[in-house]
Amino acid sequence: MSEWEIIWQSRDLFIKGLGNTALLFVLSFSGAFVIGCMTNYFLERGLILRQVCRLYMSVMRMVPFLVLVYLIYYGLPQYGIRLDAWTAGAISLAVYHGAYFAEILRGSRLTLPTGQIESAKAHGFRPWPMYRHVILPQLLYRSRPLIGNQMIYALKDTSFLSIITVQELTAAANTVQSSYFIPTKAFVITIAFYIVLSVIMDLCLRRVGARGEQRGFEHA
Amino acid sequence: MHEQAAVQITGLSKSFGGIEVLRGVNLTVRKGEVVSVLGSSGSGKSTMLRCINWLEVPDQGRIEIAGQRIGVNDAGKAMGHRELAAIRARTAMVFQGFNLWPHLTVLQNVMEAPIRVKGVNRAVALEAANALLAKVGLADKAHVYPFTLSGGQKQRVAIARALAMNPEVILFDEPTSALDPERVGEVLQVMKNLSAEGYTMIVVTHEMEFARAVSDQVVFLEKGEIIEQSAPEKFFNNPETERVRKFLELSH
Repeated sequence: MSEWEIIWQSRDLFIKGLGNTALLFVLSFSGAFVIGCMTNYFLERGLILRQVCRLYMSVMRMVPFLVLVYLIYYGLPQYGIRLDAWTAGAISLAVYHGAYFAEILRGSRLTLPTGQIESAKAHGFRPWPMYRHVILPQLLYRSRPLIGNQMIYALKDTSFLSIITVQELTAAANTVQSSYFIPTKAFVITIAFYIVLSVIMDLCLRRVGARGEQRGFEHA
Repeated sequence: MHEQAAVQITGLSKSFGGIEVLRGVNLTVRKGEVVSVLGSSGSGKSTMLRCINWLEVPDQGRIEIAGQRIGVNDAGKAMGHRELAAIRARTAMVFQGFNLWPHLTVLQNVMEAPIRVKGVNRAVALEAANALLAKVGLADKAHVYPFTLSGGQKQRVAIARALAMNPEVILFDEPTSALDPERVGEVLQVMKNLSAEGYTMIVVTHEMEFARAVSDQVVFLEKGEIIEQSAPEKFFNNPETERVRKFLELSH
């Protein structure tokens, strides 16, 4: 039996891993997106909220992702919070990348013309509707390339979760390669899957980019 | 019982970093009136206008919009976001730099504040916005994005956006200063039409002809004080102060 045949026979394992990776990514990315947007909003509200958000952003960006995963998966049970590996992994991803999203949006917010805020205030917008309907959409269009970059990081970071036994793509590859000792082909096929996921993501982002271009954002 | 003023400014003072930009300004704008505010750069015109809707917070003084004090609530405390937004929604502003929202179409720009701020039903807002765009001559641009428009068109959209709030007063902050000369006329024409329809307008401007033709009152600011305030005929033909005489000479 050739090595490729072994890979083919293990296809269920790979497909399950791929599905898990995709699901982990979509859920944790959605979580990170919401966390990032809210954190960025709270940076503009009240001193205490701002300090809390800043602390969160600084800490997350200084902690290695794997250490955060260990902390949540192995550390929290000490305090009675026991999460299964999948949940712990998804939460880690969302919390970790949420801080990076917040930072991207913060950078974009700094260069948003003040006139945008003034015209919203002058027409009676309260802080939340102003953020939601005037500021945030512009920040997202303006920072699309950086957000795309961060999404790629988030996708690749899902592979760390194999270490805490999440049965995602990298874990599937690892199982196959260690059972049959065919590391090269197992990981090459895994890389191909990650590339496919990245390309799909890129295609989605291009649609956002086209919307931005239609509105004059992409050649500002 | 006299009629309530659209805007009443009393004892307005404001400093930036120790420099007094406004020094005890008093001004009454009646309903339906057009007040042009003239003065050289740095005289405090824009700051005065921006105090009216609290984009700048005055150091002293009292400003009322249709009888309601802005910035300070009945308890004498600084207004929270909610209270401030509610009173700002009774005014509207047109900026020198347009400040349209680039992610929204022209039509959405006009509908956005009525829907999000006033909670107007979408269908009602849509109908009103279309009517307003027709009024400013841009019905055919409803579905394009602002970046495709000329300056004059952008400013007319901004005016339609302001009108959509049914404001007690519209504040114009040098609305034609960022336009190329050929586009100034179309914006001024729209503003003239508004004054004929009875909108209350405070216009900070350098357009002497507009001020002369459209204003009910002309106010001249110098170093943060109103040094002359009169009807346009008197202001332009027979000014009281040497300063205004000189200003008018140099502006021609």
